[in-house]
Amino acid sequence: MSDPNLLRHGAEELSAPFPPLLVEAEHLATTVLLGNHGRRRAGLGDDFWQYRPAMPFDEARMIDWRRSGRADTAFVREREWQIAQSVMLWVDQAASMSFGSLKDGTTKGWRAKVLGMAASLLMIRAGERVGLTGISLPPRGGEPQLQRIAAMLSEGDEADYGRPETTGMLPQSRALFISDFLGDIDPVEETLTEAADRGVRGALLQVLDPQEEAFPFDGRTIFESMTGALRHETLKAGDLKTAYLDRLAERKDRLETLARRTGWQFMTHHTGESAATALLWLHGALERRV
Amino acid sequence: MWTIGPLGFAAPWLLLGLVALPVLWILLRAVPPAPIRRRFPGVALLLGLSDQETQADRTPWWLLLLRMLAVAAVIIGFAGPVLNPQDETPGSGPLLVLVDGTWADARDWDRRSDRIDAALAEASRQGRTAALVSLTELPADGLSFQAADAVAQRLPSLEPRAWEPDDTAVVDWAEGLEGSFDTFWVSDGLDRESRDPVLEALESRGDVTVFESPRPIIALRPARFEDGTVSVTAIRPEPGTPAERTVAAMGLDPGGVERRLAAADVTFEADATEAELQLSLPPELRNRVTRFEIEGTRTAGAVTLTDDALQRREVALIAGREDREELELLAPLHYLREALEPTADLVDGDLTDVLLANPDVIVFADVAQLAPGEAEDVRAWVEDGGMLLRFAGPRLAASDVSRTEEDPLMPVRLRAGGRTVGGAMSWGEPKTLAPFPDDSPFAGLPVPDDVTVNAQVMAQPDPTLADRVIAQLADGTPLVTAKDVEQGQVVLVHVTANAEWSTLPLSGLFVQILERLAVSTRPAVPEAEDLEGTTWSPEEVLTAFGRIEDAGTLPGVAGPRLAEEEPGPGLPPGLYAGEDRRIALNVIDEERTLATTSWPARIAVEGLDVTRETILKGWVLGAALALLLIDILASLALSGRLRGPRAAAAGVALLAMLGGMPQGAQAQDGEGDQLAVRATSEVVLAHVLTGDPEIDRTAEAGLRGLSNTLFRRTSIEPAAPLGVDIEEDELAFFPILYWPITADQPLPSADAYDKLNRYLRSGGMIVFDTRDADIAGFGASSPEGRRLQAIAQPLDIPPLEPLPQDHVLTRTFYLLQDFPGRHAGREVWVEAAPPDAQQVEGMPFRDLNDGVTPVVIGGNDWAAAWAVDEQGSYLYPVGRGMAGERQRELAYRFGVNLVMHVLTGNYKSDQVHVPALLDRLGQ
Repeated sequence: MSDPNLLRHGAEELSAPFPPLLVEAEHLATTVLLGNHGRRRAGLGDDFWQYRPAMPFDEARMIDWRRSGRADTAFVREREWQIAQSVMLWVDQAASMSFGSLKDGTTKGWRAKVLGMAASLLMIRAGERVGLTGISLPPRGGEPQLQRIAAMLSEGDEADYGRPETTGMLPQSRALFISDFLGDIDPVEETLTEAADRGVRGALLQVLDPQEEAFPFDGRTIFESMTGALRHETLKAGDLKTAYLDRLAERKDRLETLARRTGWQFMTHHTGESAATALLWLHGALERRV
Repeated sequence: MWTIGPLGFAAPWLLLGLVALPVLWILLRAVPPAPIRRRFPGVALLLGLSDQETQADRTPWWLLLLRMLAVAAVIIGFAGPVLNPQDETPGSGPLLVLVDGTWADARDWDRRSDRIDAALAEASRQGRTAALVSLTELPADGLSFQAADAVAQRLPSLEPRAWEPDDTAVVDWAEGLEGSFDTFWVSDGLDRESRDPVLEALESRGDVTVFESPRPIIALRPARFEDGTVSVTAIRPEPGTPAERTVAAMGLDPGGVERRLAAADVTFEADATEAELQLSLPPELRNRVTRFEIEGTRTAGAVTLTDDALQRREVALIAGREDREELELLAPLHYLREALEPTADLVDGDLTDVLLANPDVIVFADVAQLAPGEAEDVRAWVEDGGMLLRFAGPRLAASDVSRTEEDPLMPVRLRAGGRTVGGAMSWGEPKTLAPFPDDSPFAGLPVPDDVTVNAQVMAQPDPTLADRVIAQLADGTPLVTAKDVEQGQVVLVHVTANAEWSTLPLSGLFVQILERLAVSTRPAVPEAEDLEGTTWSPEEVLTAFGRIEDAGTLPGVAGPRLAEEEPGPGLPPGLYAGEDRRIALNVIDEERTLATTSWPARIAVEGLDVTRETILKGWVLGAALALLLIDILASLALSGRLRGPRAAAAGVALLAMLGGMPQGAQAQDGEGDQLAVRATSEVVLAHVLTGDPEIDRTAEAGLRGLSNTLFRRTSIEPAAPLGVDIEEDELAFFPILYWPITADQPLPSADAYDKLNRYLRSGGMIVFDTRDADIAGFGASSPEGRRLQAIAQPLDIPPLEPLPQDHVLTRTFYLLQDFPGRHAGREVWVEAAPPDAQQVEGMPFRDLNDGVTPVVIGGNDWAAAWAVDEQGSYLYPVGRGMAGERQRELAYRFGVNLVMHVLTGNYKSDQVHVPALLDRLGQ
């Protein structure tokens, strides 16, 4: 890897998804912003609050000259100051998310990242602080944080199935977990219970591929997990369909129950559907409590 | 070679491989189909699930069977199976190949020829000499045996003949043979008298082998006309199974093209050798029939030519006293009807209707005066070859017709009143007939004594009278007179057509006279004495294959031979023409019956096609390949890989294998007709499809806009424009073709160029538009310009020049000097004016070339300027503001002028003559 060309190539390859990720997330986010236009809430950090007469302690650069020009006294433009909410984001980056059966190449992972980024964008634009679970990226506000989130999301995970982290989760904050939840369910349950103990509320978004929902297989097949660590051989895949679908429904049901018990929101999203619906749901689910 | 039944194997030891099949069965059975590896995150949910069925790890039995069959087919295929392997029959000494060579051989001549070829080739391999003799063409000088391959080279020139061998000549020839040789007799399957003696003679020289084809022989006897129907009899050698064949009546249609005029099925009962077909044909159709043939059989025997005997003359009977109620026996037409009905087709109706039917003969029974118009019509009909037969009667005698001067429709002038002899108020005996002179058409007819004449109309003595009398009474007064009028003839019988004036209609002579006058149809088969001294020249001859060929320069034959002899070398079957009639000589005559050969048991008789070797290797290997292909599909389906596009591809492959690709040609024909109907029911502007959909849409929209404008402003009312594919569509329907040029347009094919050149020569106009406003710039050619040059290279385009100011295009409808489209101003090129065009003083423009310029070349992108959508709003902006609208208007005006120019030619050029014309009129 000492060859600078190789290094650069790798770097370019690595950074390539950023702009599309940001752009796609932004594109997605505008649909929600437009849709909720007019429901303005107090407390946006950049918004005008009031003009007040300038006091002697005010620096000259604080004076709003446009307003002052209309009167004899000088005015200072005050902005509303608000304590922002912290939102912890967890997007599953494990190998299982890189599965995608769609013709346009959309994988579960990409959809999850886009949704996560779009939600972050919405929240950061709304003045919230967004960070990733774990200690790698604590919640912060501002546009640069988006770049950092994007950079972090672009890293992969070696594990077959991801598991959320609870470290670094601030009490009374909000959380957003996006994953396929196909792996072991127990860590998720633990995490959620712990989060509920700390007063953290949030949303669970399960992203599934249409093939995972339909199981359109037949004949003698060896199913392997994305890293090849897990495998299951069958002689007639078609016969497994009902059993598989039962288990999938059971998994969803369990997540749903879990979410209800802990006061979270749960939804299943398929990559074959439009991302905007999922984002709208995310927006609603997080807004309800934030 | 090792054989089982009819099957032989070239490499039989390979069949041992079949023993290995059971082993293969066990091996294949144990191996399950290979699994697919599939990445699937949902596998976590699958863990711990078990299959419901556990035996599917074995290959299913039917797939096994398929594979076993495929392997077995491969083994058998390589073992070289041969159906009906032929074991050579060794022979020695000279071989005589004897062919009947008759019309019956023609039914499968190719196969016979192949068989002879095979026999000669075999003889050549064995080093035998051979001779080839056809019984219908006996060699003049005995037998000469030559090397078999040399004889084989003469085989292509051997052809069957349309007649049968002459029995006595054949027997003589066979008995005159010498030496010892084997005989290979290719028989036509028909028995004839010479068979047994010839066979005996040949057997005394060596072995005789006979080959016969099992294909049935079928023949047609000559067609007869009976009781208003045409009867055709088909015959076959022996009864057997019921059979049905189609007999077709062939003849010329009114357009002179030979075609099938009628067809009907003839059915042989199981125990019958003859089957008769009754065809009821309308006379018009029947007279056109030239031959009957059995469809699907190509022999001379299955064709029977018809001659005049079948063609019935149409006779129209017109009586002068139709309205009078009379006893039937006194009716003027009664005897004519009785005489003609069996042999001719009678046409009823009044004279004007009858003339429309154009009969062969019109009979006037005591018709005196015709209306002037009718007389003219009848005269024209006679001059065209009609025959007018008139009978006298009281009316004619009392009238002034042909009294002072000869009526064109009468052969002689008549004296007033006529005469009566032998009646109650007159003296003298009723007159009898004189014998007919030799130059009369009635020559040779016996004169019965009991024919007497009581009254007659008398001819004026005239210098021409003697020539015109063809029958007279004993006292020398004319009874029948005739004269030729152009191609036709007018005949007057000086007595009535009923028995009032004479007993002639009561006698047999009446019928004979009518027959001789060619009023009625002649009997089918002429007698030898009738034909004595006549010579008949063949017009058409029949080949053994049943084809009609022009007789060319064949010599004529004497009449009696036609009646007496069978067809033979000097007398080929066909149609023979005499002076006034034609006789058909057919292969099969009235009495002919067919019989199959009956060979003695000692003679080996082989069929032609039983012993053919068929090598089955290719077929069996092909079957193996097909089985393996099915196996591939089945395996894919079993292992769940036959999904989505792969399944579709497999389906297509399977369809292609079954050879069932649907054909769309007929649908295309229908489309072509629709295009023709659309293009020709109204004026349609057309544009050439370039293959660039955008350009094509623009061109269509442009022509739509131009069509709308023409509709609104001028008397040209075009229908919606059409896109034309110059490769496929017919161009001749379109007055003008708009051809936008794109830089990457494919060059038309040679056929398309032919079509385009034909289009240009026949007055079409093509408007080439490079759409780049750059065509006139010399040296600065655009890609479109270069493409245009390439496209126009092979076109038949005259010299061009920039559109001159006095070109007719500048004034066909609007007065124009600019021809802008979306681009303004550049020059437009048209056919150059002839070099000698001079401007006459006082004239505003030159008198330029005639006709329409075949091409207009410009680059102003007119279509874009004209283009409107369905609602009529403009598609492309032109220029800016009002100036742009003006430019669009001028573009439309140019379009109007263009179409006007195409449709009216140089009409406006001729306006130059208007002052001169007015000047002349003013005088």
